[in-house]
Amino acid sequence: MTSEKKPGKTARYGMTIDVDRCNGCGACMVACAVENNVPPAHEGATDRKGITWIRVFQVDNGEDYPNRRSAFVPVLCQQCGKDAPCVSVCPQQAVEVDPATGIVGQMPERCLGCRYCMVACPYHARYFNWWDPAWPAGMEKTLNPDVAPRMRGVVEKCNFCHGRWHAAKQLAAANGRAIEAVDYVPACVEACPTRAIQFGDLNRPESAPAQAAKNGASFRLLETIGTEPKIYYRSKKNWVRQISSAPKLGLGKESSRG
Amino acid sequence: MDKEFIARGVKRCSTPRFLLWIMPWLALLAFGAYSAGLCLVKGLNQTNMDNRFAFGLWIFLDLTVIALGAGAFFTGFLLYILKLKELSAVINSAVVIGLVCYSGAIAVLMVDVGQPLRAWFTFWYPNVHSMLTEVTFCISCYLTVLAIEYLPILLKNRKLRQVPSFLVFEYELHKLVYVLAGVGTFLSFFHQGSLGGLYGVLRGRPFAFREGFLVWPSTFFLFIVSAAAVGPSFILLTTWLVEKISRKRLARPEVLQLLGRISGLLLSVYVLAKTVDTLIWINRTSPDAGFPAAQYYAWKPFGTWILFAEIVLFGMIPALIMLTPRLRRRTGWLVSAAAMACLGVALNRFVLTVQTLALPTLAFDKFLSYWPSWQETGTFLAVVAYGVLVYSFSFRYLQLFPEERELKAEVQQEEEELPVMAGRY
Repeated sequence: MTSEKKPGKTARYGMTIDVDRCNGCGACMVACAVENNVPPAHEGATDRKGITWIRVFQVDNGEDYPNRRSAFVPVLCQQCGKDAPCVSVCPQQAVEVDPATGIVGQMPERCLGCRYCMVACPYHARYFNWWDPAWPAGMEKTLNPDVAPRMRGVVEKCNFCHGRWHAAKQLAAANGRAIEAVDYVPACVEACPTRAIQFGDLNRPESAPAQAAKNGASFRLLETIGTEPKIYYRSKKNWVRQISSAPKLGLGKESSRG
Repeated sequence: MDKEFIARGVKRCSTPRFLLWIMPWLALLAFGAYSAGLCLVKGLNQTNMDNRFAFGLWIFLDLTVIALGAGAFFTGFLLYILKLKELSAVINSAVVIGLVCYSGAIAVLMVDVGQPLRAWFTFWYPNVHSMLTEVTFCISCYLTVLAIEYLPILLKNRKLRQVPSFLVFEYELHKLVYVLAGVGTFLSFFHQGSLGGLYGVLRGRPFAFREGFLVWPSTFFLFIVSAAAVGPSFILLTTWLVEKISRKRLARPEVLQLLGRISGLLLSVYVLAKTVDTLIWINRTSPDAGFPAAQYYAWKPFGTWILFAEIVLFGMIPALIMLTPRLRRRTGWLVSAAAMACLGVALNRFVLTVQTLALPTLAFDKFLSYWPSWQETGTFLAVVAYGVLVYSFSFRYLQLFPEERELKAEVQQEEEELPVMAGRY
């Protein structure tokens, strides 16, 4: 028995990212770190040990000058909509999907730090706290009181700014109604100067991600593995759209910015 | 100095010589304990693992030693359930090897997790869908079984036997041996399988992902068969090694040949199953996920040679050697085949743990490399040293090979008869 879900009852929060608009400025990364109390990288951290819930990758078409073209691809937790690989593998239920929003959440206070979820995630969107979080003297005053910093030895990831969602939910409750996706935007969406990132409820046909899902220029990363991500990327360029598929030898080059 | 602790009728080296043997291993254990201590106190930043290479040397070690330690449950199963009485000659040694492998693996796992003090959470908030939950439960339970199985061996120590209550306890424990063998077999089948399932369920890693039966990917069954195949090989290998080091005959050649035959038989089943599984994966599972299998082997150094080495060189060839009676009777061939089988299973675990993570999944990913830090290597070596030490002490003070006394008498008799024989000619 199947029936279409009525908008407003349950939601599927998602995003659309216009790759053609992204100029790789990294404002989303900074806003995300500030909003979610991600500490400055430890002096021993490398590109592969730092914490960036959203990371902008530079990709190119693999051609030589003058035909070389570049694009910037912000990658965050893809909020898998079907059998999220990280959820089923966690041995102690520290990863859960909120049935009301579809957000894949992480409970750092229950996390064992086994990192099995990181191995399971094909998008490399999960980060481990290799060091104790530390802020330079005075900088602790800038911490967001709505978000608890995570301790050493646990995994964390993008949760569509849970602190903001919670504040919006409380406000909505105070006004006697349930929260809707339009009640808040994650920090990266707010910070993007080119409005390349947009947020909304995929169950609402008028929302930007729902519109993007229908757009012919849209694609999702690794759709073939069946994880049904809720992040829709968009580009009019054919070579950019190819990043949705499995790696091909010699195509493109990874470099992360920020 | 410690003569009253050594079993009657067997000969062991002098105490100073034994101390000389254990000294380097103790030093290695101390170095490893320091390395592990650093990881526990300062955190996993002491390792070269990172967000992309979230598992490293330790998981490879865990998967390998648990496969090698499978000899404990499988020998118990063959002896107590299938009544292959000849294997009673090596069962005690198998139990010690199993205990060492499993306790070593659990110790490393405790260092490998970011929050070891939360390990009990898995028992309190278990996710029944996670293969890691199954592994945690089964390994913990099986380690308890092994510890109970080790007790009668320990209580048979010459000095401990002088305590009457220990004798009674040991006698009572012996009654449980069939139950323990059954429980151990059940638990081992499950966790060996779950360790395979650990990677087989990873839909996000098409290199490791396998289709299967109900909730179990094919790697679940492959791990059970491969562990059962190499377990006896490892017992064979260690028995031969201990014989060489101690310069004593510990088990009859027929026992080692039987172990080799069992190993060869199961290894051939494994090679067949692995070949079928690989063909299905290459032609269906991986392409269906959008990943043509050929591309995995384009990233050097992991060429197709690794597949050849895993299935043919360290699978089919040792299986054929161990199944050929003429070759099996020659110790050199038998031991080499057993070593190759053990290397094969280690390579298989390496491929699943390390190669899986090195391969890119996103179009703009790079092929990754990883080299363990000295702290990781030190912790790894500590497990090896711990294993050697526990085995050395057990060998010295306990009766690991019940036939040793008999074999010693036979050797003595042969030696006494030799001059007479010589005189006749």
